[in-house]
Order: sequence, then structure tokens, then C-alpha cells
Amino acid sequence: MNTRNVPRRGPGTLRQALAGPRYLLTSWPWRSLAYTLTTLVVGGVLFFVALPVYAPWTVFVAMVGQGHSTGELTVTFLSGLFTVVFFAPLVAIPLGALERRRLHLVMPDENSSGHRAPPAGLWGWARTRYSEAATWREVAYAVVMFPIFGLAFLVVVALATATIVLAISPLLLFNENEPAISMGWTTLTTPLEAMPYALVSPLTAALLLYACGLMSYGHGVIARALLVGPPKEELRAELDQVTESRARLVNAFEYERRRIERDLHDGAQQRLVALSMDLGMARIDLEEGSPADQRVVAAQAKADELIDELRELVRGIHPRVLTDRGLHDALQELADHCPVPVTVETAIPNRLPPHVEGTAYFVVAEALTNVYKHAGATAVTVRAHLAPGDLRALGAAQETTTAILTVEVTDNGVGGADQRKGSGLTGLSDRVAVMGGTMGLTSPEGGPTRIRVELPCGPIPTNPTP
Amino acid sequence: MRTDSHEPDAVTPVPTVLAEDGVLLREGLAGVLERFGFPVVAAVEDGEALVAAVTEHRPGLVVTDIRMPPDFTDEGLRAAVRLRQENPGLAVVALSQYVELSYATDLLDSGDGKGVGYLLKQRVGDVREFASVLRRVVEGATFVDPEVVRQLLRRSADPLERLTARERQVLELMAEGHSNGAIARKLVVSDAAVGKHVGNILAKLDLPPDDDVHRRVQAVLAYLRTQST
Repeated sequence: MNTRNVPRRGPGTLRQALAGPRYLLTSWPWRSLAYTLTTLVVGGVLFFVALPVYAPWTVFVAMVGQGHSTGELTVTFLSGLFTVVFFAPLVAIPLGALERRRLHLVMPDENSSGHRAPPAGLWGWARTRYSEAATWREVAYAVVMFPIFGLAFLVVVALATATIVLAISPLLLFNENEPAISMGWTTLTTPLEAMPYALVSPLTAALLLYACGLMSYGHGVIARALLVGPPKEELRAELDQVTESRARLVNAFEYERRRIERDLHDGAQQRLVALSMDLGMARIDLEEGSPADQRVVAAQAKADELIDELRELVRGIHPRVLTDRGLHDALQELADHCPVPVTVETAIPNRLPPHVEGTAYFVVAEALTNVYKHAGATAVTVRAHLAPGDLRALGAAQETTTAILTVEVTDNGVGGADQRKGSGLTGLSDRVAVMGGTMGLTSPEGGPTRIRVELPCGPIPTNPTP
Repeated sequence: MRTDSHEPDAVTPVPTVLAEDGVLLREGLAGVLERFGFPVVAAVEDGEALVAAVTEHRPGLVVTDIRMPPDFTDEGLRAAVRLRQENPGLAVVALSQYVELSYATDLLDSGDGKGVGYLLKQRVGDVREFASVLRRVVEGATFVDPEVVRQLLRRSADPLERLTARERQVLELMAEGHSNGAIARKLVVSDAAVGKHVGNILAKLDLPPDDDVHRRVQAVLAYLRTQST
């Protein structure tokens, strides 16, 4: 809506216009003039409105050097500080809003405020506004408004008066009763004498318009720096970057887990199996039941236990079956390990990105653990299916997402589960959120409990498959 | 089990091709195989080489790791399935680091389902039992790791629920390739009782009477298929 006012022809910005030779032929001088004149109005009003805020300071300045006691000075100083801290934002915030609108005159870009959206209620508003930098930058702007106002006032009054007086001086002198006009270095007494000066008046008018342009530009730059937050595109780009780097981190984490799993499988576990086998071979040459044989049997049993433990550990880090066979088989394997009967229903036509499979797997693993520990359920259903995604639900960062994996774990237990009460689900919901997914838990008292996770299977950068 | 074990010196040697990518384990396995009458004619470390070695040496038994280079997923399994399709009657035992039902079904589906074994890698620690499994597979038995069967039994599905606890036990042992006699000894019941159980299992799984070994394999197969799909 703001770009409507931009001059279609000629220089695009005030700065370019000022630098060019045809400044006076564009709309910029008139916009600058309007800006400067409204600055005078706003500044004048501000003088009165802000009086309670700066009054203690004028008193303080007046008291300094007048032989007042330190105590009196301190009290005045503190009251000044108090009024600034408590009342300055109340003046500066509306001033900021007004000035951002006015700024469109000379800088017709997107001038969004740097304010955050406060929570509902007066207290929420106050807490947000008084604590954010944008507010205090607006206060600083209000302070800067005073010298700007002074400068604009002097320049405009001087140049405008000069222009007007010069322009009408011949007319004035037509009147015989009118005394001579003193020009400083000379005195004009007849209209004829005044004519050359009247011809100079367009020059002063031009000077006024240039001065307005320069002041408006300077004022605009200051207003921009103090009042305007980063443009939305910039914020969005930053957010996208953060989202991406977060996803990369999660992916790197996933990759690392798979590496550890592989190292344990191919390294430690293989060695243990070889050790167990060596012990088995040793037994062949020993007399069965002899003390040596018993020792070897015990050693072998320990090695086998270690193999089992290691296998369980590896399963918790990253299940091999997930890498090799995909989500369906991995979920089925989880179901097989769960003491509660679990039905697994999946409709996933193809393999998914590793981080999606990993997250879905661990969500189900955690859910099943909770079911077993807390729910007292006798039946659990795990459903997973892939569907075209609802892009709106995921925000702009996921525009390229093509499909969403939905995973549901439903049990017939006692219900009353709470995600916030320190279950492992909190960490998982963070992990889901990183991927731009959602996690929902419904668990009324008396059950049933249902955990539903939606994961976008978008093209988040993947590490090379190990 | 002592009753099932074969004394190393009293058997005909079975030339064997071994595929395992871990050096330590390959050496160890080769040692065990040699010791129990399975002279290793070739020890290789990936699926391609396994197929080549079998073509070259025509062994009586293949022992292969499921997960091997280059992809480290199921190269060994795929090679084994291919070998069994190309060489009917070739005994194959696949070793797996974790229980995966679909591996077992893939293997059992290859060929006629006879002379095939699927077991957890860690079982090789019990060398005598391991050798006995190999021997049974070479003789045409089907062996599925007890852990696989245990996992199947944990799943609830129709054909299983029709079996009694005892019948499930018997089926589990059948899946491990034991004969009726061996099952009877393990469960400390009479041969006749085991025969009755086996008959009931076959009837409940709707398997027609046929030659005993084949039906037993069918029972295990039918059972695995209903479970893993």
C-alpha cells in the first residue's frame, strides 16, 4: 500500500534525486517539504506532550551550579530517571508509530516496527514493551526529535521568510507610506530598486526545497535506524537459515548414531562372537565337567551375556533393522519386543529419509515403553502412513515438502498421561519440532491414550548413507 | 545338545564355502568348520565372491554372513537366495547379527525350503551345537533360530492362537529342524505323543498329509509367512 506513492518516473529514492540534476522537477522536493513541515507540527506537539518527562531534567540542569546540595541534586536526578523509565515509553511508542507512517513520505519502503507481539492483557503488554530494545530506541528517537525540530524550525523559518520578503518587496515599496526595506548592506526605497531582489526569490525558494530534501534525508536515515525493525524478508531468511541448520544438526546426530551403531556391530560385537567361538573350541579339548571346562563354560556364558547386552545397547542407539529394512520391519521388531501385544499397520510405499525413519522409530519406541510402564494396557495399535502434506500447517519454511508421515500409537490403558510430566516424550517432541513436524497426545482419564506424530518428509539435506 | 551332536571324526567331510567379511570371525569360523568335518574350500568376504566361489567349487554347504560389503545390508542373504535358486539342494546357513523375520522367510522361500538354516551369529559360540545344526541342514533339515520362533510366538495371529502351548513348543522345535525322536527327548515325552502333536499342528495349519519332512517344512513356512506379512 505504501509503494503507491513512489514516483514512477525519475529517481527511485530521495538520495538519488538529491544527487541528480533534476531534483526540483521530481516529486521529492514537495514530499520533503511536507515531511519537514509535519516534522515541525509533530515536534511542536511533542514539546508539550513530553513535558512531564523532560521537566525534571530541565529543573536538574537549572539546579546544577546553583549551589544546591548533593541530596537535592540526587533527588531531582532520580525523579528524572523515574519519569524517563516509566513515562518516556508511553510517549515514545505512539510517536514511533506515527513517525514510521510519516517516514513513508521520504522513504517509501516497508517500515515495520521492531516490536514483538505482546501476550494478552495489560501486564503482558507492559512487560514486553518495557523490556524490548525497540521501545528504548523509540525513546532515543524522541530525544533526537528535539534538535531535529530546532534545526528544521530555524532553516524553514529563515529561508521561507527570506523568500517571501524578497518576492513581495517590490509590492511593498509601491506603497508610499511604507518605509524603506533594509537589506543589511543596502537599503531599498523604490520598487525598481527592489526588482532584482525579487528575481532572486525563486533561488531562495529552490534553496529551501534543497534544504528540506537534505534535512528530510538525514532525518529519515535517523528515523530508519531507530524506529524500523529488520524487514520481514530478512527475518524470514534468517529463520529459514536457523531451521535448516537445526535440521542439519539433527541429521548429523542421526548420522553419528548410525556410525556408532556400525562400529559397535562390526567391531566389538564381532570380536565378542569370535571370543565366544574360541572358548567353544577350547571346550572341545577339555574333559566335560572338569574344573577347567567349568571355567571356560562360565567365561563363555559371560561373553554371551555381553553380546546380548551389546545388542540391546546397539538397538537403543540405532536399530540395524531400521537401516537395512525400513520402518515397517523396525516397528514390527519393536512390537515383538514389547510385553504388551502390539498390532502394527503401515502403509509406506517407499523408504523415507533416514532422519524421518529414525524419529518415527524412536517416538514409537518411547510410546511403547510408556504404555508398558504406565498405561496398564492389554492392546496397542501402531499405525503409520504416508500422505500428501498440508503445507499451510507447516509454515513457509517447508514449502517444498511433498509428503507427511503420520504415526499413531493408541493403547487401551488407563489414560491420564501428561506430556509435561517428565516422560521421555518431551525430548522427542523437540526432535519432531526440529523437523517441522507436530506431536499430539490425548489421554483422558480412563483412556484411551493416543500419541499422534506428523513428520514432513521434505528434502532436508542428508548426509551420505554410511 | 549332546544327543544331536556329531563326533567330528566320525563323519564324511562336506566341502564348504564360507562368506564373512570380518577377518577375526572368518578365521574363527573356518577353524570350527574344519574341526567338525566341513573343510573350507573357499573363504570369501562379499556376496559376489561367494557366488563365484560356489560356481567354482560346487560345495556341499555354504555358510554366509547376511551383512557384507559393499552396502552392508543383506548382500549375503541375496547371494544365498540366488545360489539356492540356481543350485537346488545346496545347503545354505545364513548368519545374522539380529533377528529379522523377513530374512528367515526370504531364505525359506528360496528353493524347496529344505536344507536351509538361519541363525543368530552368536550361536556359533556353542561350537558343538553349531556343527550339529550345520550337519542337520546338510542332511536336508530346516533350521530357524529359536529366537526367531520365540518372536513369532509372541505375535498374536489366528493360526497361532489355535495351537496349544505344547503344540507351539513342538512347532518351535520343528522349526529348529529336530526329528520327532529328538523333540520327544527334549520335551521328555513319548514319540507317540510328539507324533500326535505334529499331526494336530499340521491339521490346524490346514496342511495336507504328505511326506513327513516336506510337511514339516511346510508347517514352518506357512507359519512364518502368515506372521511376517
